[in-house]
Amino acid sequence: MGNIIEFDNVSFRYEADIEGEMLPLAVDSVSLGIEQGSFVAVLGHNGSGKSTLAKLTNAINIPESGKVTVDGMDTSDEKLTDAIRRTVGMVFQNPDNQIVATIVEDDVAFGPENLGVPPAEIRQRVDDALKAVNMFEFRKSEPHKLSGGQKQRVAIAGVIAMQTSCIVLDEPTAMLDPNGRREVIATIKKLNKEMGITVILVTHFMDEAVQADRVVVMDKGRIIMDGTPREVFSESDRLIAVGLDVPQATQLAAALIKKGVQISSDLLDENECIDAVCELLRSK
Amino acid sequence: MPIISLKNLTHTYSAGTPLSVSAIENINLDIESGELVGIIGHTGSGKSTLVQHLNGLLKPTEGKVFIDGEDIWSNKKKIRSVRFKVGLCFQYPEYQLFEETVYKDISFGPKNMGMSKEEIDLSVRRAADYVGLRHDLLNKSPFDLSGGEKRRAAIAGVMAMNPKILILDEPTAGLDPKGRREILDMIVDYKKKTGSTVLLVSHSMEDVASVATKILVMNKSQVAMYGSVDEVFSRADELEKINLDVPQITRIFLGLRKRGIDVSADVYTVNEGCSRLLSLLNGGEC
Repeated sequence: MGNIIEFDNVSFRYEADIEGEMLPLAVDSVSLGIEQGSFVAVLGHNGSGKSTLAKLTNAINIPESGKVTVDGMDTSDEKLTDAIRRTVGMVFQNPDNQIVATIVEDDVAFGPENLGVPPAEIRQRVDDALKAVNMFEFRKSEPHKLSGGQKQRVAIAGVIAMQTSCIVLDEPTAMLDPNGRREVIATIKKLNKEMGITVILVTHFMDEAVQADRVVVMDKGRIIMDGTPREVFSESDRLIAVGLDVPQATQLAAALIKKGVQISSDLLDENECIDAVCELLRSK
Repeated sequence: MPIISLKNLTHTYSAGTPLSVSAIENINLDIESGELVGIIGHTGSGKSTLVQHLNGLLKPTEGKVFIDGEDIWSNKKKIRSVRFKVGLCFQYPEYQLFEETVYKDISFGPKNMGMSKEEIDLSVRRAADYVGLRHDLLNKSPFDLSGGEKRRAAIAGVMAMNPKILILDEPTAGLDPKGRREILDMIVDYKKKTGSTVLLVSHSMEDVASVATKILVMNKSQVAMYGSVDEVFSRADELEKINLDVPQITRIFLGLRKRGIDVSADVYTVNEGCSRLLSLLNGGEC
């Protein structure tokens, strides 16, 4: 399948502060293609440019130089902004900042209403979207009575109801507890695998990135690593050097390798690690 | 004598109404001075309700809270002094910064305590050092700081009151891995320098395992476990039953045991795990 989003040598900087001093580039000469139907995780420490990158995908940020295209549409063309946002939807970090209505189903209907979708179809879309995120039974609830994970799933339903083919999530689990995080990640995977929606997940939780098809690592506005989770996490030293972490299973393998033990460096989770250690002991 | 002692502590929200719900029930707990206690438990398990009793923000529905052997509610007028003795730093404390300069913000607590100007200055600068905040930032507006610096400034505001007990509610929430490590290292360092008792509420087992001396597990309004890191994580099965994890490294060793490998599973950090496996590979004992 082709690329739904294409970054061609894109740079972006935020406007200067009151003193007029020019700020450094937040995104620096990035070229990146996001394949239709893929699940891509974007990792990076705070200030690495990953959120700026996310906002370049649906014309919230417009490149200073270079070009971003969504389904062939140039994001710098204002006439295309609406069409672009119908293709790429966004979910942000804080669930409390993105819920606008006082009843869950009204909130999910907000997007399609703005698109001018006929009422009967809105009804159908809202019900389907709430079922997809497992929140249908809460459709009449008041959002402020929901948990953080539930609110984030309502926000995701709001994007699904707009039937965008791509969802970009900017640290959607940063403010959630472990249960909420699990709910949201399970929902995201379902959208990708079952509904074929392209997912870009900005995060700094390594256990979430491990579940993606592809991991892109950013530092100082540039892409410094790009590959499968296995390829990226096998370079634990490089990740730690840019302020990131690797799963403890991977850390353990790296520590053993440093001591001269022959063990694979690309162990991602505990089961792979247990298998590898058992293998080592057997061959001893 | 324990520095914190809870006797039959119960708190019921909306008591006497149909919405009445007990957030903590009949809690008995002693915490010794100088411990660094990691508090874990699900959202809704009663963690926040518990810590808000320790400095008198919440009044027990039943039971008593003793700090330093003193019943904090024995004299209602003295409750203010408890708030200076027990510093409580909420989640996302940077949202509570409000003053014109970082210096003024950090000095808000000490000023309210009635410290002299010199004492205030000393406390502010010392607190800035504890959290690793450069002194030239003290004259800036808190709103010009980066996210990580704001978090540090807010924590410094609590430390500046020189509390005997410092309670931090998820101080690393929302930070990237490097930021998390820095804050955790800072907390350990603070405890070492001041000898204070520190309570750390966290969702991350890995974080708790790496810094805490004791772990308190809350579940369904009760204390499910309180003990050393060893004691608590060795009950991995019970933790799993209440839907809490042990660190991944511990799960690896538990998995090895299940495969019949003769290795003990009291491993909570990667370094420890590495040396255990090395001695196993070299034919040594574990």
